[in-house]
Amino acid sequence: MMSDNKTIEIQHENILLQQKKSNLSLRHATQSAFFTILWIGGIITVLILLAVTGYVIFQGFKAIDLQFLITPPRGGLSGEGGISTTIGTTLYLVLLTIAIATPLGVGAAIFLVEYASDNNISSRFLKGMIGFSHFGVETLAGIPSIIFGLFGYALFVSTMKFGFSLLSASLAGACLVLPVIIRTTEEALLAVPRSYREGSLALGATKWQTIRKVVLPASLPGIITGIILSVGRVVSETAVFYVTLGGSYRMPKSIMSSGRTMALHLYYLAMDTRAFEKAMGTGAILILSIILINLLINFLSRRLTAGLRGVQ
Amino acid sequence: METRRIVDRGVKYILFISAMISIVIVFLIALFIFREGVEAFNTVGVRTMLFGKVWRPGQEQYGILAMILGSILVTIGAIVLGVPLAIGGAIFLAEVAPEGIQAVVRPAIQLLAGIPSVVYGLFGMVVLVPLVRKIPVPGNSGFGLLAASIVLAVMILPTIASIAEDAIRAVPQSYRQGSLALGATHWQTIVNVIMPAARSGIIAAIILGVGRALGETMAMIMVIGNSVLMPSPMTNNPLTLFLRQARTLTGNIAVEISYATGVHESTLFATGVVLFVLIMVVNISARFVMRERQAIH
Amino acid sequence: MRRLLITVVLLAAVLMASCAPADAPATPEEAAPAEEAASGSISVAGSTTVQPLAELFSEAFMAANADVTIDVQGGGSSVGVKAAGEDTSDIGMASREIKDSELTEFADLVIFTIARDGIAVVVNADVPVDDLTLEQAQNIFAGEITNWSEVGGPDEAIIAVSRDEGSGTRAAFEEMVMGKELLITENAILQPSNGAVRTTVSTTPASIGYLSFGYLDDTTKPVLIDGVAPSEENASNGSYPVVRPLNMLTNGEPKGVIKAFLDFILSADGQAIVSEESYLPVR
Repeated sequence: MMSDNKTIEIQHENILLQQKKSNLSLRHATQSAFFTILWIGGIITVLILLAVTGYVIFQGFKAIDLQFLITPPRGGLSGEGGISTTIGTTLYLVLLTIAIATPLGVGAAIFLVEYASDNNISSRFLKGMIGFSHFGVETLAGIPSIIFGLFGYALFVSTMKFGFSLLSASLAGACLVLPVIIRTTEEALLAVPRSYREGSLALGATKWQTIRKVVLPASLPGIITGIILSVGRVVSETAVFYVTLGGSYRMPKSIMSSGRTMALHLYYLAMDTRAFEKAMGTGAILILSIILINLLINFLSRRLTAGLRGVQ
Repeated sequence: METRRIVDRGVKYILFISAMISIVIVFLIALFIFREGVEAFNTVGVRTMLFGKVWRPGQEQYGILAMILGSILVTIGAIVLGVPLAIGGAIFLAEVAPEGIQAVVRPAIQLLAGIPSVVYGLFGMVVLVPLVRKIPVPGNSGFGLLAASIVLAVMILPTIASIAEDAIRAVPQSYRQGSLALGATHWQTIVNVIMPAARSGIIAAIILGVGRALGETMAMIMVIGNSVLMPSPMTNNPLTLFLRQARTLTGNIAVEISYATGVHESTLFATGVVLFVLIMVVNISARFVMRERQAIH
Repeated sequence: MRRLLITVVLLAAVLMASCAPADAPATPEEAAPAEEAASGSISVAGSTTVQPLAELFSEAFMAANADVTIDVQGGGSSVGVKAAGEDTSDIGMASREIKDSELTEFADLVIFTIARDGIAVVVNADVPVDDLTLEQAQNIFAGEITNWSEVGGPDEAIIAVSRDEGSGTRAAFEEMVMGKELLITENAILQPSNGAVRTTVSTTPASIGYLSFGYLDDTTKPVLIDGVAPSEENASNGSYPVVRPLNMLTNGEPKGVIKAFLDFILSADGQAIVSEESYLPVR
């Protein structure tokens, strides 16, 4: 009986082992099947994205030469000429928008991080306002750009009678990038170690002196990253400027002039003319500027982390 | 000493004012867009506008149902086409791909999220529309929901992929080790442990993608055909619905705002209100999911 | 709130002052201005039909007057009327008659008819149909005729391309071709400018659209209407029926450089540009 039982047990164990083995190989087979699918999926994703940008860059480079970059567009809707004035307008608009949005955005972030966390803010009103402000930033970040365009058109173009101009466009653009600047600056300020502030205050500096001389310098790369992100946003934005900037391709003479950014120029070339190769050329230049902006951001954020680590 | 304190206090007030700017802008946007929009709802009637099928401002017919459906359908199309690839790509990058590939592909995908939408629109016009036109259905012009969905799918792909990848990467290493130690294969670990843990982050990524798709304007105008018509299949095959031209809420605003006057202008603001509400619903659900996710960790 | 806005505006103004030097090198430095040169800047906006003409007028006028800058923007005829009436632009462009409702809203508008223009029905170069009756054209755009075989072409579905509602070309086309009864089908692709219609028709097989004469080129094929070719000759002798005025509008009588520009457009030199671009001169 005993031996019988043992044999049965052994047999049973053998079966289990076999099952386990086949189960393991089955599981491995499933895994490699799905991993193959993942590899294929990953490769397809990369290929699609490469195809789109690669196509535009490749086609675009046929149109790009020095002449393309330094001559203004002409010939109305025949789409002749280059893109020099649109590069100029883009730079002009970027400068203006950033100049409006940066002081406001950085100021807001400083208040929200440095003052709102104060223990001595006991006033209910102030606390409520700060909550509102956070809500405002969140909401702005989620609003689609055409709504900013509609708003800019209603307030700046029509009501305030700035017309289709760089001024209207940059004010609307500033609303668009404000949440970007506020959020990145907040992050940069929060990354500055508490000990910096305590040290400065202990030496008798006022709060503002501490912020100006200690906190801001330490968080500068982070703040600049936010600004450059906003530059990228303005360069690639079209909808807001389509309804606020007009679309004249002359070089703007003042902030009241209408203008055409590179992204808008691409749109007009593609829709209104048959100069697809020039549209591709403009697209290629746009993609290159975005690559440049990304490289800058990567460089700065590396410096930010390195800098803070070095001091600590 | 005294001036220092005065400066300190002055600066505080200035900073306070700039901190209020975002809420002031939100308030102004609400004021300008909602006030005008509500006026349109009052004159035209909420039901007539939201459920009206005909948009002919010249004849004072202001139904925006076709545009609402256009926006929703094109977003659904983009999600169906883009999300599986984006999530697959994210899992691939976070779990499967060798270091070398990760180091190159990850920044490239982040970069692609920043490329101007008109560039994708241009690609759509020049490459996709002629391709879609090859589908042999009578009356198929190439312009329409399908071309627009593909363009949007490609646009939101990098956004969703990079946020979803972050979510997968944020799953604590101990989860993986625990699962592997229990004898699960890597794939089983991904399916049974990592994906459930990263679920809410991935959903948040998809919702952000939806927001971006709903809000896209110029690329849509370039490839969707801009016709205001109720979407319906072109033949017996229901999928031919996507070969129809359409118009999105965003496109309607951009194309008509510059010349609209009077009631017509107000209805465009109302179109903006509808878009705003749609996006807010999407964003609030995103924030809800995010909060749930923070609660888990 | 208002104080905030003012702050923002002031800030912007200060910034502009500091940005100005960066802007200067981009402005081309030109030779000494010609005799009697006017100076100043003019903004022009509106009809995309008049837009290419306005671009050429302004290029010629700026070549003669180095100190003048002229911004030309599109938008459509309704934009032109509104921009002139509300003073967002110095000159508005409209490629149709000004509506009574617009004249009541903007009572000071002064209208200058600078040219006349025909509207041609164009088809994609692959469409073998060369002529249509007016009725056939009506029915195609109304969506009653949906296949080329119904008008003597191959068995292929017709893809109609139209302008959106703010367009002067559309308004003129509806008035002169469609009549009061018929509406343009909602199946038609709608494009926001003449150029976009041309691009779409030239790249979409089996498509049909309508274009201002100024946009006719070898990329699309104009068809005869009731056997009459859409040519300048037929339009000016009255045998081609679809002709409308091209207008420029100012809010009140124009003065200074704006007047000089309009005078130039109506001068022999200006009208020479009109005929060169296949529009019909007015004098």
